[in-house]
Amino acid sequence: MMSNTLGTLLLVSAGGFAGAVARYWIGSRIAERLKTSLPYGTLTVNLAGSFLLGVLWGGGADGRLMALLGSGFMGAFTTFSTLKLESEALLRQGESRTAWLYMGLSYTLGLLLAYAGYILSLTYIKL
Amino acid sequence: MTVLYIGLAGIAGALARYGLSVAMNPQQVSSLPWGTLLCNLAGCLTLGFLAYLPGLKRYPSLRAALTTGFVGAFTTFSTLSWELVSMLQQQLWTIATLYFIVSLWGGIVCVRLGRRFGLNLTAVKRGSEE
Repeated sequence: MMSNTLGTLLLVSAGGFAGAVARYWIGSRIAERLKTSLPYGTLTVNLAGSFLLGVLWGGGADGRLMALLGSGFMGAFTTFSTLKLESEALLRQGESRTAWLYMGLSYTLGLLLAYAGYILSLTYIKL
Repeated sequence: MTVLYIGLAGIAGALARYGLSVAMNPQQVSSLPWGTLLCNLAGCLTLGFLAYLPGLKRYPSLRAALTTGFVGAFTTFSTLSWELVSMLQQQLWTIATLYFIVSLWGGIVCVRLGRRFGLNLTAVKRGSEE
């Protein structure tokens, strides 16, 4: 029981490390290339992570895989606070159309992609 | 080196979120996932504070580790998306709407509060030094 809990924490840690680093890399690469007021870097990681978390649920990932890739990797790869920080800044700077487009795309596509990932892997993938 | 600090802080953020989720999230999504919500809103408050704290800009690696690493990993968007999808699938419209609105607006309000706190603190500190 004890080693089981420790094992889970190690899996969450490994996923958390990789997820945070991957978000930093991918997010900053995209932000460098697309210098627009809409934060495409954060949008991309959040949408990709939502889709992949859906895939994990639909594929019936067990507790260990869920700790490593679900709570660990996807949890740390995607971020809520940066989405809100960027949206708040856009609203305050008077770019409210961009702010609402950004939040609208994040939530609408995030939910659709999570659902699509779930349905796809429910049908085609056994994890 | 900054990447390593971000990764290590990411471990702390992910573990803290995991602990709160296990302790506070319900087994089924029939009630609000308090653990995820607390992580996300507290993370917005913290990020608003840290991102607008002028003094922290002098330490770019520490700043990146705390903001991108810790708070970034502590808060999550994929779990929120998935929880909303689960609620909608089970036709829990009220709880889904409530969770969505609290996340949507609560996050913005928390960033604003954190920002104001960070800026005020700096102003108070400057005032006392004069």
